[in-house]
Amino acid sequence: METSKITGDRIKKYLSEGKRFDGRKPEEFRNIEIEVGVSKNAEGSARVKIGNTEVIAGIKMNMGTPYPDSPDKGNMMVTAELLPLSSSRFESGPPRFPAIELARVVDRAIRESKVIQFEKLCIEKGEKVWTVFIDIYTINDDGNLLDAAGIAAIIALKNSKIPKYDAKEGKVLFGELTKDALPLEKEIPLSLTFHKIGDNFVVDPTREEEDVAETRVTIGSSNGIISSMQKGGCESLSVEEIGNALDMLEGVWKSVSEKIKKFI
Amino acid sequence: MTTKIFKRPDGRKVDELREMEAKVGIVPNADGSAMFRFGETIAIAAVYGPKEHHPRNKRDPEKGTLRCEYNMLSFSVTDRIRPGPSRRSTEISKITQWALEPVVMTEKYANRVIDVHINILQANASTRCAGINAAAMALAHAGIPMKDLVSSVSIGKLDKQLVVDVNKYEEDWEEGEGATDIPITMTSKGKLTHIQLDGKITAPQLKEAIELARKATKEIYEVQKKALKDSVETK
Repeated sequence: METSKITGDRIKKYLSEGKRFDGRKPEEFRNIEIEVGVSKNAEGSARVKIGNTEVIAGIKMNMGTPYPDSPDKGNMMVTAELLPLSSSRFESGPPRFPAIELARVVDRAIRESKVIQFEKLCIEKGEKVWTVFIDIYTINDDGNLLDAAGIAAIIALKNSKIPKYDAKEGKVLFGELTKDALPLEKEIPLSLTFHKIGDNFVVDPTREEEDVAETRVTIGSSNGIISSMQKGGCESLSVEEIGNALDMLEGVWKSVSEKIKKFI
Repeated sequence: MTTKIFKRPDGRKVDELREMEAKVGIVPNADGSAMFRFGETIAIAAVYGPKEHHPRNKRDPEKGTLRCEYNMLSFSVTDRIRPGPSRRSTEISKITQWALEPVVMTEKYANRVIDVHINILQANASTRCAGINAAAMALAHAGIPMKDLVSSVSIGKLDKQLVVDVNKYEEDWEEGEGATDIPITMTSKGKLTHIQLDGKITAPQLKEAIELARKATKEIYEVQKKALKDSVETK
């Protein structure tokens, strides 16, 4: 179901007075619930619920060959599926743009922050390195899948153990995990999206709010250092407006990290 | 057959199901949804519809179309599966539709379609059975008229011994005659809506397997029914 114009107009009118339908402030997230180890055959997994939005991320690893330009570093691949189970808007079939963008935005936030210590995932330079697969699935879409997916991915990584590897036979013993955690840096990146609705920015939009947002900008950052960005939507932003979003970043980053700190 | 008591690797009795868990209403966006778990096998299902059927040339003027889709999450198994449909998942999707259709009153929804989406979150064998159990509950939860529920279980033959609700370890049984896997779906009244078989078995023993399935599906039916009733009572 699409959000009607009349609802959209009301959302904008409310926001001009700093109010939202569910009583939140513009910079306030919904309640976040997290569960880890939700899929035990994965190297690590996490379920993240933000309000009624729910996403599951799982990590699998396999031994592969490195890319020629990084012979001593592991690889990473992020995929996302907008499951038809999670919304009447999503259809079966090959991934369309929103699923591809979701995966790429999460990929960039993780890759550019250098949170995964890829050099420690090298077994034999130029020959054998671990590939980390981050697969994201939506379970219920009530807006802000972008941020939910980013949080789920990072918490799943944080909970991953490296599989056992039989060096003699040259094969991964799938299903058997070592006690070694996936090597990560201390500073965890969060990708947070600022949506412009009318003349105001909000974070963590519900489905209705996201529908009426003209444009958005996703910022991947850890502790004040910004390492990835993506603007989406076909409206422009003024220099002042992008400045406003950046001014909101620190506060939102802190409040979200506080909500998920038990898991990172 | 020997008279000595057969020991299952996880200590279950031969006719004992794994621990079951069922819950409805797990996907707020859907018209109906459910989770069903056999031990470490977890399936979730969501129903959307009845709704307009596109493309138009697929419409059936006599009855509604039940469209099922079975999908395993890439990390639900130890060896990652590439996301997207496979020959296996395509067949299971169709088998699931056939297992459910006899109890769904599709004649009420001519020209329309009911979508059933099944996802396996975690797999330890019997995923299609868990999926069918979740799907049957999700259809009922969506308020779609049904003549009955269906319940599904896999019967295994390990060497010469029949067992109920096989797990992955048993599915890979290699001793003696090896493993035979027989997933069976039945209505609560005992009509078969689905049966498959992989392995080797004699006709008399297959009859025995079906009797075991009859007994096991009755237990599963009670779990499904309770979850559905609880969802109404807590509202």
